[in-house]
Amino acid sequence: MTESLSNDAIIRMFHVQKRYGVKCALQDISLDIYKNDYLFITGPSGAGKTTLLRLLYLGETGSQGQIVVDGMNLSRMNKKRIPRLRRKFGIIFQDYKLIPAKTVYENVALVLEASGCKQRLVLKKANSVLRAVGMADRMRALPASLSGGEQQRVAVARAMVGDPKIILADEPTGSLDEASSSVIINFLDSLHSRGTTVIIATHDKQLLRKSNARVIQLREGRIWKTHINPDG
Amino acid sequence: MKLYFQRAIKDIRDNVFLTGVTVTTIALSILIAAAFALFFTNTQNVINVWQQDIRMMVYLNPDLSQAARLDTKFRLEAIAGVREAVYISKTHAMKQLKSQMQHHSALLDSLKKNPLPDAFEVSLNVSARNSSDLQSVAESIESLNTVNEVEYGRQWIQRFNGLINLFSLAGYAIGGLFFLATVFIIANTIRLMLYSRRDEIEIMRLVGATDRFIKIPFYLGGMLQGATGTLIGLGVLFFGFLSITAHFQQSVNSNLLELSFFSPTVCLAIFTGGILVGWLGCLVSLTQFMKE
Repeated sequence: MTESLSNDAIIRMFHVQKRYGVKCALQDISLDIYKNDYLFITGPSGAGKTTLLRLLYLGETGSQGQIVVDGMNLSRMNKKRIPRLRRKFGIIFQDYKLIPAKTVYENVALVLEASGCKQRLVLKKANSVLRAVGMADRMRALPASLSGGEQQRVAVARAMVGDPKIILADEPTGSLDEASSSVIINFLDSLHSRGTTVIIATHDKQLLRKSNARVIQLREGRIWKTHINPDG
Repeated sequence: MKLYFQRAIKDIRDNVFLTGVTVTTIALSILIAAAFALFFTNTQNVINVWQQDIRMMVYLNPDLSQAARLDTKFRLEAIAGVREAVYISKTHAMKQLKSQMQHHSALLDSLKKNPLPDAFEVSLNVSARNSSDLQSVAESIESLNTVNEVEYGRQWIQRFNGLINLFSLAGYAIGGLFFLATVFIIANTIRLMLYSRRDEIEIMRLVGATDRFIKIPFYLGGMLQGATGTLIGLGVLFFGFLSITAHFQQSVNSNLLELSFFSPTVCLAIFTGGILVGWLGCLVSLTQFMKE
């Protein structure tokens, strides 16, 4: 790897290991992820894809090794700085993780309110993002009244509303039909084209065919293969 | 801050049952503790009125000259704590006794010699009306060689003061217990609320919300519940007090027992205390919950 490339890395992982008791979920993961990368992490169930993503936003702490995200060393980080780290990410969870008691608008606005934005700006940005994902007319609805595809679109809106540097998506098309999946993929592509780093954990073969994307295959907690898809 | 208030109000609306339980608990605790305090305050007022009438009777040795009596008066009034010493001759004392025993005064007429001694009625300064000061004043008076005996109901006053001290100690203990119990109950009610919203709090953390952002609406909610509970508790006590005094003062001499409610300052202090209890309950449960 050249010096210029490592300087461009937004995430660096050095010999990262994650253990749950005696079971090793991730072993010796060393990986650089660059600004505006489009990275897929794939592998069979239990390979460690979700664990790897969770380590990045400190949903879990690593057992060994070091992770640096946009200049923040996670192994030495004070607990109080975790919210600041998480605001660097827009996270799309496999199970959406929308707050059931809050409306679509409130779920999306929460990210901006938590980062201290003024109400006028919150209103403007949340409305604009909900329009972009085609959910403006359902903004007063509660998540329970939405379909899976609609909930995922709200989750995407929530992930992008704070203009994060990195999008983390855990199986974003896992439980969606083909039409809803392609809508979500289009949103992720548009975020990438605006300069955002996109990291997707998936085993959706159609999604993995995206041109120019880097694909990392995990097997039994280790990086097994890495390749870059050919230019489409 | 407006946003936090809006979130606190929304949280209260979304959790009406738990909020109702908390407010009712605070209202009942404030009602019981404040009722006790009110009873104690009024009893203290009555005692203060009674204590104003505490006097000492100083009986003199027989056959003192007028100069000796005058000298005794000066000596009595020079003792710290004594406000005034009024001379009551044995003739005057007999007249008073006769007028008090209207129907049996004939019995006194049959006496050949007036058996009553000359005396001074000693009234005391307010500061000297507690048990230990009374005793030291009595001892100073008894040391005068013209004085035969001092009478002021020492045992009665000592027992009475002991009772008052016990009463005030019990008041503080019960007040403290109620305070702790209320904080404990509020802390647990809020913990229930936190557990019912555990997933929501977790999601808020995942999207980058700080602990402060999560906690402030809970604190505001706790303080609002404390304020509401206290207002209800004090309101019920006030109307209860009005109805009880209306019945009570009709049947009892109103000069002897003048009952009064808390002053506005005390009401404000109780109100602030209620808010503090709500806040403290939140602090206890949030500190534990956020560590988990």
